[in-house]
Amino acid sequence: MYQLALARMREFYREPEAVFWVFGFPIVLAFALGLAFRNTGPGKLQVGVARGPGDSAMAATLASSPRLLASVLDTATARLRLRAGRIALFVIPGDSVVYRYDSTRTESGLARLEVDDVLQRARGRKDLVAVRDDRVVAPGSRYIDFLIPGLLGMNLLGSGIWGVGFSVVQARQRKLLKRYMATPMRRSHYLLSFILSRLVFLIVEVVALVGFGWLLFGVAVRGSFTSLAGITILGSFSFAGLGLLVASRAKTIEGVSGLMNLVMLPMWILSGTFFSYSRFPDAMIPFVKALPLTALNDALRAVMIDGAAVTALGTPLAIVVAWGAVSFVIALKIFRWR
Amino acid sequence: MKRFDDVVAVAGLDLTVGAGECFGLLGPNGAGKTTTIEILEGLTPPDSGDVEILGMRWQDGAPGRALRERLGIQLQETQLADKLTVSEVLGLFRSFYRQSHTVEEVLALVSLEEKRKARVVTLSGGQKQRLAVACALVSKPELLFLDEPTTGLDPQSRRQLWEIIRRFRADGGTVLLTTHYMEEAERLCDRVAIMDHGKIIAQGTPKELIASLGADHVVDFALSEGGIADDLLEVLRQMGGVTAVRTGPDGVSLTVVELHRALPALLALLKERGVELSLLTTHHASLDDVFVALTGRQLRDT
Repeated sequence: MYQLALARMREFYREPEAVFWVFGFPIVLAFALGLAFRNTGPGKLQVGVARGPGDSAMAATLASSPRLLASVLDTATARLRLRAGRIALFVIPGDSVVYRYDSTRTESGLARLEVDDVLQRARGRKDLVAVRDDRVVAPGSRYIDFLIPGLLGMNLLGSGIWGVGFSVVQARQRKLLKRYMATPMRRSHYLLSFILSRLVFLIVEVVALVGFGWLLFGVAVRGSFTSLAGITILGSFSFAGLGLLVASRAKTIEGVSGLMNLVMLPMWILSGTFFSYSRFPDAMIPFVKALPLTALNDALRAVMIDGAAVTALGTPLAIVVAWGAVSFVIALKIFRWR
Repeated sequence: MKRFDDVVAVAGLDLTVGAGECFGLLGPNGAGKTTTIEILEGLTPPDSGDVEILGMRWQDGAPGRALRERLGIQLQETQLADKLTVSEVLGLFRSFYRQSHTVEEVLALVSLEEKRKARVVTLSGGQKQRLAVACALVSKPELLFLDEPTTGLDPQSRRQLWEIIRRFRADGGTVLLTTHYMEEAERLCDRVAIMDHGKIIAQGTPKELIASLGADHVVDFALSEGGIADDLLEVLRQMGGVTAVRTGPDGVSLTVVELHRALPALLALLKERGVELSLLTTHHASLDDVFVALTGRQLRDT
């Protein structure tokens, strides 16, 4: 079994393309997304002031706020810009000031508050309660903090299914499985060797991605590394089981590729890798939560962002393990050995 | 007996291979040789019938594995992992067995010592085939199964493989091989069984089978005018020393006992009839001729 796992690993690292897709790609992805969504703080809000009496005075008042950029516009232009989202709010001066904005846009809501605040103060409104700002950057609140555990989960899924699936089907196609059957090798050893070799790669994958996030973006692991290791091992076993199941019958690489995409694509989208699955309708959430990648991502985020202990993650981990165990058992039953 | 859907691949055959023997299953492609050998190897379950190997029957689990420990098997179409080196492949196969040759020993058996660090993908066809045989030999088997070990190889590689098989037998091993080269069977095998359409149509030592033709030479000839007259064929049949006359698309072939008498007689006859020869060859009777005699077809045509 050790020799089989060793052979698996040699075949893998001698395939430079595979190495890139497993290790390099998630890192490139994390880098690109991390750059795109880096937190720059809220930018200045663009607001328009209607041309007319008192327009420039009002624009000057608004521009005194560090968070606003005001420009004087005629009504027609303002309508266009408002629709295109280039201004967040349009102010029409007068005895009663009119705010024209789209209330479903977050930016416009902010602009409404800020503009109103500036204008009221300029007219002499006094604050009744003394307040003091205490600015903090909450740990783990950045997008990259959310993204890294998700990518880790996705990577475990991808390398589990690709790594196991392709090599099983390739061995079957080349009649190598049949050749192994002609030796006293135990069938379970063959399947377990995949899980064993996955374990070794797992270490490299996790260290690479977590290390990268930490070095470049300062993404820390708040929970214990032991918990992280435990969760990734469970996840990796589970996905290797899923990979075996996917590959248990397919006779051609083309056939198994389709099956793999069928399994992986929905999970990439649904399981909260790139964005939170809470955006899906409530009715879908229980199904989404039952997916192994969702459960794994939740567990990884709980450990990396919230610093949760493994003991608190019983439900998601049970889901992960159940998927793995059930697929492994089914795979062993229906596996086509020749 | 084994059927695949509606096609009966192997339709009941009896054969016994003795210890220390080299037994050849011969026949054209599609005759059922591979199905037969895979049933014997326990890779294909037969639909009916009994198989006994080294005094055991195929069973799942530990007894089956114990039997596999004593066998060496080379399959027809296996492609070993391209990215592994020769010694890594052998190391892997070695690890499946309790008792085995070391990698160096088995490399020496198949003369691949210089290729030990080469990746499988870089090997020539003959070297790949020797590696496949090495994987079969690594377990120090008592019984070696070879399925078309030399198909598609150049003559030199073929001779190298024959030499490997001879050495294995010299150490007391038993061999069961399939081939569609009759020449290979004549050289290597103590006994052969000729298969066609899933049945054994003849069985015995190569000498016995050739002797069953009742003659030791074959004369092939063709006439420049193309066909041959029926009355001429009749005369040929009556000629002394001729045991069989067959016509084919390429001409006529005579099976003869005494070539030194039959040939001058044939030439004299043709001269007397005033017909020209466009082709004349003779060869020792071979297993090919046995196959033709039994089926009326050339092995190569099929």
